[in-house]
Amino acid sequence: MGAEVLVLPASPRRAPVASAAGGEGAQDYSLFLREDAGGAKEMAFAVEGVDCAACIDEIEDLSEALPGIVRARLNYTTHRLTVGWAAGAEARPGELINALARIGYRAYPFEADRLEEIDNATARHLLRCLAVAGFAAMNIMLLSVSVWSGNVSDITPETRDLFHWLSALIALPAAAYAGQPFFQSAYRAVRARALNMDVPITLGVGLALAVSLYETLHHAEHAYFDSAVMLLFFLLTGRYLDHAMRRRTRTEAGNLAALKALSANRVEPDGTLVTVPAAAIVPGDEVLVRAGERAPVDGLVLAGTAAVDESLITGETLPRRLIAGEAVHAGALVHDGTLRLRTTAVGEDTFLTEIERLLDKASTARGRYVRLADRVARLYAPMVHLTALLSLAGWLIAGASLHQAVLIAVAVLIITCPCALALAVPAVQVVAAGTLMRHGILLNAGDTFERLAEVDTVAFDKTGTLTLPEPAVANAEKVPAALLEIAARLALASTHPLARAVAAARPGLVPVASARETPGAGVEALIDGEVARLGSAAFCGCEDLVAAASPEASLVAVRHGPVRALIELRQVLRPDARAVIDALRAAGRRIVILSGDRAAAVAPVAAALEIEDWWAQARPADKIGVLESLSGQGHRVLMVGDGLNDAPSLASAHVSLSPITAADVTRAHADAVFLGERLAPVRIALDVAANARRLMRENLMIAVVYNLIAVPLAIAGQVTPLVAAVAMSGSSVIVTLNALRARSGGPARAKEAS
Amino acid sequence: MNVLLYLVPAALSLGLVGLAAFMWSLRSGQYDDLDGAAVRVLSDDDLVDAPGAAGRK
Repeated sequence: MGAEVLVLPASPRRAPVASAAGGEGAQDYSLFLREDAGGAKEMAFAVEGVDCAACIDEIEDLSEALPGIVRARLNYTTHRLTVGWAAGAEARPGELINALARIGYRAYPFEADRLEEIDNATARHLLRCLAVAGFAAMNIMLLSVSVWSGNVSDITPETRDLFHWLSALIALPAAAYAGQPFFQSAYRAVRARALNMDVPITLGVGLALAVSLYETLHHAEHAYFDSAVMLLFFLLTGRYLDHAMRRRTRTEAGNLAALKALSANRVEPDGTLVTVPAAAIVPGDEVLVRAGERAPVDGLVLAGTAAVDESLITGETLPRRLIAGEAVHAGALVHDGTLRLRTTAVGEDTFLTEIERLLDKASTARGRYVRLADRVARLYAPMVHLTALLSLAGWLIAGASLHQAVLIAVAVLIITCPCALALAVPAVQVVAAGTLMRHGILLNAGDTFERLAEVDTVAFDKTGTLTLPEPAVANAEKVPAALLEIAARLALASTHPLARAVAAARPGLVPVASARETPGAGVEALIDGEVARLGSAAFCGCEDLVAAASPEASLVAVRHGPVRALIELRQVLRPDARAVIDALRAAGRRIVILSGDRAAAVAPVAAALEIEDWWAQARPADKIGVLESLSGQGHRVLMVGDGLNDAPSLASAHVSLSPITAADVTRAHADAVFLGERLAPVRIALDVAANARRLMRENLMIAVVYNLIAVPLAIAGQVTPLVAAVAMSGSSVIVTLNALRARSGGPARAKEAS
Repeated sequence: MNVLLYLVPAALSLGLVGLAAFMWSLRSGQYDDLDGAAVRVLSDDDLVDAPGAAGRK
């Protein structure tokens, strides 16, 4: 083995990318600019393509070199760039976006939502509580260990009292501060007449502190300050981990939202076009949508005709021809032509009222699911309180003094306080969520694992889920290679969505410089002295070939002099769809397809994957009906879908997944989102979840066994603070170590195509 | 046991200094970008900016 040379990570030479700003036309970013009292402006961007240490310098140096910018800071964890302009300087974000695009980074204006800010504040608060609890626990332990060793040797009662008073001085304010998250949650639960894990925690900590104070006042040998504060420290650790996992997902989701945020071409009253973020459009605005763009808002067509692909909304893959006066929904992809829309609904209101109604209904149904930890808490809390009460009564009956009996009851409460129990579930969740994230799966909900692990039926949407969202060339082998190359070069010059698919068939080509596009017909150019055309069959004189072509495919004709051919484009299955379906079936799961597309389009897919149960032309309500009848038969259904029409069924299924290309509303209602072109994440998610649930159960078992040993000791009056401290930290450490095994969950397929 | 009179306050104040340092680092945003801190150490643009570094060439 030779000596290795340490090479500093250098930025690979990047190709310029098309900037998100588009580069032409007026841009309006005022929505994203924040201005402070002094007039200095600040703006945040989500940056794509940050993957090495050198990127940080490159991006920050470039930004700071631009006029007016005084500081630029890239957060490498969240891939966000914050840029500040000098007070009074004119902020030109478009300039920065274009400059970044030239060196190979796409930057998107980013607006931190309120939820995320609340989240960050909560995380900071938890961390502060954790620090205070940690400080207090360590220092009180220092004093406690002295008392314990002094008790068996020669400590004087005065010194012991001093140490106990010092402990009280540290423990009481620390617990009052660090215990807030639990006290508040317990208070909310009690007020709602419910019991959660925080109720016994609050009672245990409160009683332990009160009794310790009482004991200290009466010069006793033992005090429980250390147990109370250490309990808080361990519990806060679990809670912080749990929170950090969900925050990470939300950050990713926020970036994705910025990356996918649409811009809209607003028609100003004077007739000029201004590109603005879709969020800046209000109902009543006029918007222009050109070929190849998605409608950013719901609207009525004022002028123009165009064929639009609404597969993201209805699952239907055949384009629909729109004329003036018809309604179009946000997310519809314009194939050819230009539409001028009057906005009727924007942002969160942009989905069909029917879907909205169904969503409300479905979401409330889901709310009935009770998390594993809460289910345990419902059983556990009354049991703990009853045991403590019984041991108090038992010792009183057996003739012990009231003081002694209360001490034992408190010991029972402390020792049963769910230290390991509180860590058992979150620790596994955090580790398993990390595993999923490495496989390109992001979780939206914390209890996803528990529900995923129970799945026995998987329902897939077809368009965009089993198949890739974009169509692809289906008959590449039948088209002469040279002709396909010409088609791909011509396609690069066109904005038509089908042209993008043709171009993707032969990547890395140079576009034809002199190409001329005839709207509604195709592209034309001179190649090698002969006329080359790409477009409709009529445009290329290929009508006679149409009869022989497959009836379900979209057709694009290409002609180069006398050579001509029809290119068939259709939705292709995700590359590993077959393998994943087979693996799911082998694991004993039932597979069904729920599609909004025509039966003629669904049948071949179902046949190719050997799926017997499929429903075509299913409206959102039909999909929910099927899911409900399945769950009525006792099945737990995982719904995988991407369309707007899938949103209600995703919300009503037991658990749901959606690809990252899904409609915004749909993605928001999925329990988890997966990246990349593969379907494998569905299987990985199920495997990791099954593993996680096993570990959660093991952890809960460990907690129960610990209680079975510790509680009798406590009831027998044998638990000194020392025993309590050792037992509590011991069980927490074991549970945490066991949770780390969730790292190895799922098949080892680190290399995900993205 | 007189030694306790200054050892215990000393131990406690050391702990408090640690706690204060943590609170300061949290407030100054050092926990906002943990991955970034790990790679920023590799960049040496601070050498170029250092006074005298250019003159010694």
